[in-house]
Amino acid sequence: MSSIFRPYTPSSQRSDRSARDRLRHREKIKQSIRNNIADILAEESIIGRDRDKIIKIPIRSIKEYRFVYGENTPGVAQGNGEQKPGDVVGPADPGDANVGQGGGDQPGVDAFETEISLEELINIMFDDLELPELEKKSLRRVLSDDARKRKGKRHAGIRPRLDKRSTAKNRVRRKLAVIGARGLNFDEEDARFPFHDDDLRYHHVVPTTKEASNAVVLCIMDTSGSMGTVKKYLARSFYFLLYQFVRQKYQNVEVVFIAHHTEAKEVSEEEFFHKVESGGTYISAGYKKALEIIEARYHPSLWNIYAFHCSDGDNFYSDNERAVQAANELCQVCNLFGYGEIKPAGSAYYSGSMLDVFAQISQENFQMCVIEKKEDLWPAFKSFLSKDRSNTPGTGPQTVSEGASSATP
Amino acid sequence: MTISVEELQKWDEKIRGLVERFGLKCYPQEFDICDHNEMIGYMAYAGMPARYSHWSFGKNYERQKTLYDYGVSGLPYEMVINSCPCIAYLMRDNSLLLQILTIAHVYGHNDFFANNFTFTSGLDARYTLEMFKNHGVRIDKYIEDPSIGLEQVERVLDCAHAISLQGSHNLAIRKRSPEEQRLYKWESAQQPPDPWAEIHPKREYKPPDLNKVPLEPEENLLGFIAQYNPYLPEWKRDILRMVEEEAKYFVPQIETKIMNEGWASYWHHKILSALELEQGLHMEFMVRHNQVIRPTPGGLNPYHLGFVIWNDIEKRWNEGKTGREFSDDKPRLDVSTLSENERPGRKKIFEVREVDRDTSFLRRFLTVDIMRELDLFQHEKRGKDRVVTKIADQENWKEIKETLIKNVGVGAIPVIKIEDADYGKNRTLYLKHYHDGRDLQLEYAEQTLRHIGALWEREVALETILNGKKSLLKLVDDELKLEKL
Repeated sequence: MSSIFRPYTPSSQRSDRSARDRLRHREKIKQSIRNNIADILAEESIIGRDRDKIIKIPIRSIKEYRFVYGENTPGVAQGNGEQKPGDVVGPADPGDANVGQGGGDQPGVDAFETEISLEELINIMFDDLELPELEKKSLRRVLSDDARKRKGKRHAGIRPRLDKRSTAKNRVRRKLAVIGARGLNFDEEDARFPFHDDDLRYHHVVPTTKEASNAVVLCIMDTSGSMGTVKKYLARSFYFLLYQFVRQKYQNVEVVFIAHHTEAKEVSEEEFFHKVESGGTYISAGYKKALEIIEARYHPSLWNIYAFHCSDGDNFYSDNERAVQAANELCQVCNLFGYGEIKPAGSAYYSGSMLDVFAQISQENFQMCVIEKKEDLWPAFKSFLSKDRSNTPGTGPQTVSEGASSATP
Repeated sequence: MTISVEELQKWDEKIRGLVERFGLKCYPQEFDICDHNEMIGYMAYAGMPARYSHWSFGKNYERQKTLYDYGVSGLPYEMVINSCPCIAYLMRDNSLLLQILTIAHVYGHNDFFANNFTFTSGLDARYTLEMFKNHGVRIDKYIEDPSIGLEQVERVLDCAHAISLQGSHNLAIRKRSPEEQRLYKWESAQQPPDPWAEIHPKREYKPPDLNKVPLEPEENLLGFIAQYNPYLPEWKRDILRMVEEEAKYFVPQIETKIMNEGWASYWHHKILSALELEQGLHMEFMVRHNQVIRPTPGGLNPYHLGFVIWNDIEKRWNEGKTGREFSDDKPRLDVSTLSENERPGRKKIFEVREVDRDTSFLRRFLTVDIMRELDLFQHEKRGKDRVVTKIADQENWKEIKETLIKNVGVGAIPVIKIEDADYGKNRTLYLKHYHDGRDLQLEYAEQTLRHIGALWEREVALETILNGKKSLLKLVDDELKLEKL
C-alpha cells in the first residue's frame, strides 16, 4: 500500500466548475417564481410591508422528486433516557422522518428555502409583464422648478449671490491700475482704497431643466358598509402592486387615498384601510374628489397619474350616469384609470354590478376587472397595465391605433 | 496555521505502519489538500473531481454554502471517494490533530471500500473516476449538439434522477438472464409428477406466457425503460444508462452508512490510541473523537451507532458471549495470551465488515442491551407532532429494531417494480409498489410518475396502498387519477 499527497493549489488557479450549475439553478428559481407569481403575490406576507426596506421573501426551493415514504412512516431515534411513550419529539414535518439515517443520497423533503429580496421579486414580476414599450411611453420629462444652476456673472444682483472672490480680484486690479497711473504708494501713505460699486460681481443663476418623472397613484375605494375586510384586503393588495409598479418607473411617486361612500374625502393610509364607514354609495363622489385633487395638486402636464377604484359595485342607481361621466373625465387626465370590482366568493348576486354600466366607457386607457379571490390579482393587474395609455394626457380621447401611438417619444 | 505536506507525510508514514500492523487491506491512497470553498464544491458533486453538469449540483452547492456561511453546519473534516486508488480531501485549515485523525479515519473507509461485498460486487473501483469523467464529456457533447441542447438534456436528466435509485436493492444478487427467466417460468408452470394421477381429476395445464414483458417483475426502472421504449432516441438511452451506472456507485454507500462510518471511527480510535500522541494532541483527540461519535438525541448518529456495535461485537466474541455459538461445555479461550490480531473478536469484525450491510448488520448485531444503552425509541406522526410511541422495553424492543432495519440503507427507498409493460394492451407501464406498511408521499409519487411518463412516452399507472386501501394512481393526459382497486 502506498500513499500520495497532492499539495494545495489556490482556488484562483482552478476553474470554478460549479459556476455553471449554480447559474442554471438561479435561472430555474427565477423561472419557478415567474410561474408561480400569482401564488406568491397572494401570500399575505408580501403585501403591506414597509415598502422602502428590502426584505427577504422565502421561496420554496426547486424540488427533486423521487418516490419517498409519506407521513405514516415510523422512525427510530435516540433519546436521552427520559423518553416515555406519548412524549412529543418534534413537528410532524415529513423531513424529520429521515433525520438520523444520514444517508447522503436519501431523498428528504426540501425544507430549504431560497431567499430573494422584494426588489428582485418585483423586477421579476415586471419582467414577466413583457411590456417593453411601457417605460418609453410613460416616462415624461418635466421641468422641475427647484433646480437651478450658476451661469456667468453680472454687475447687478442680490446680496446673497455676491461673488466675493471676483469682487476682491476686481478691487485689486483697479488698485494696481491706480498705482501704475498715478504713481501712488498706498502702503506708505496709509490711505484707504475701498470697494467701489464697479468691483461688485454677482453670480447669475438660471433655472435649469431637470429631467424628472413624477407620478401619483390615486387609490379610490368604496368604504361603504358593504365593503368587508376580505374585500378591503383584496383592494389593498391591488394598490400595493400598483404602487410597486409605478415606483419602478418613476423617480418621484406620491400616493393619495380617497375614501368615499356617499361623500368622498382624502384620508391617511391607516384610515383608508381600517376605518369602516356605513351608508350607501355614490361612486361619482369619489371620482369628483379625485378630479379636484388632480386639479389642485397634480397637473397632468407635470404628473403621470394612475387612478384605480375598487368597489363592490353596489352603487345607487341614480348615480350611474354621473359616475360614467366622471370616469370619462378621469380617463382624460390619467395615464391609466381602472375599476376593479371585488366580489369574493360567497358574496351573493344580490349586490349590483357596475361592470355593465362602465362598459359604455370607450376610452382606451380605461380597464375593468373582477377580483374574486387572491389568485385573480395578478391576472387582473396584468390586464390593467396592458392598457397603459401611450399618449400624453390632456390631448383628449384616444383614437389612434396602437401601432401609431408607439411612435411618440 | 497550515500544516506542511512534509509534516503530514511523516504522520501518514506512522499511520500506515499501524494500518498494516492491524491488518487492514486498503487500496492505494491519495490525499488532496483543499480549502473550504473547494470542500463545498466537492460535497456538491459527491466528491468527484469531474462530473456531468446539472442544476441540482448547483442547488446542492448553494445549500451547503448557505448552511456553512450561516454557521448552521460545519464542514466534514474529510471526504473520501470510493475508487482505486482511493481519493480523500483534507482541509488545509484543520489543526494537526484533525489531520491525523482524518488520515486514520480515511484508511478505515478505504479498507471498507476495498473489502465490503456491497462495494466489491458493484462497479470496478479502478474505473470509477474515469466513468464519472467520461459521463461529463458525453453530457457536454449532447448539450452542445445543436439538435439537442441544454433544455432537452436537462429534462431527461431530471426524469432519470427521479428514478435513479429505483434499482436492485441488493447489487450482490445476480439477476437472472432472459433465458434463465424463461426457463424458470416454464418450469414453475409445469405440474409436479403426481403418483396418484390415475385417481386424481386431471388438472388443466395453463401454458405460461413466455412473451410477457417483463417476465419477472423488474426493479430496475431506468434500465428497463432504456431497453424497452422503442421510440427513445439513442442519446436519451445513453443518458439513462449513464445515470443508471452512476447509481451503482451511490447505492453501496447508502447501504452501508452505519457500518462504514462506524468502522472508520473504530479504526481512527484504535490507530490514534496506538500512536502514543503527546499529551496536548491526545487531549484534542479525545475531544474531537467524542464530537464525532456523540449521540444526537432526537436523531441517530450513524458514527455513534456503528462505533458502539463494532466495539460490542469485538468484546462479545473475545468474551465468548456470542449467543448461539456460546455454550458452557466449550472451553473459553484465554484471549490475553493471543496477539491482538489473533483474538476471536478482531477476526469476527473483519469477517463482518466483508459480508454484511446495514440491514443485516443491525439484524445480527444490534442487541437489546445496545438499544437500551442508546435509548432508542420509535416515533410516529400524531396530528401535527411526532410522538414517541414505543421505547426499547421488553415488549417493544424487537419492533423498534424492525422499524430501524426497515429505515436504514436502501430500506428508505420504496420498492417499486414494473409488472407489465403492455398493460391494457396499449403499452401502459404498470408499476407496483410493494407496500410494507409505509404509504408513499403522494405529491412526490405524482411528480415522479410524471417523470417516468416523460421517459416512457405513454401512460403510466402505479398500484399502491393508500390509507389501507388498494389504489391505482394513473396519469392520464397529465392529470393524476386515483382509482380504488
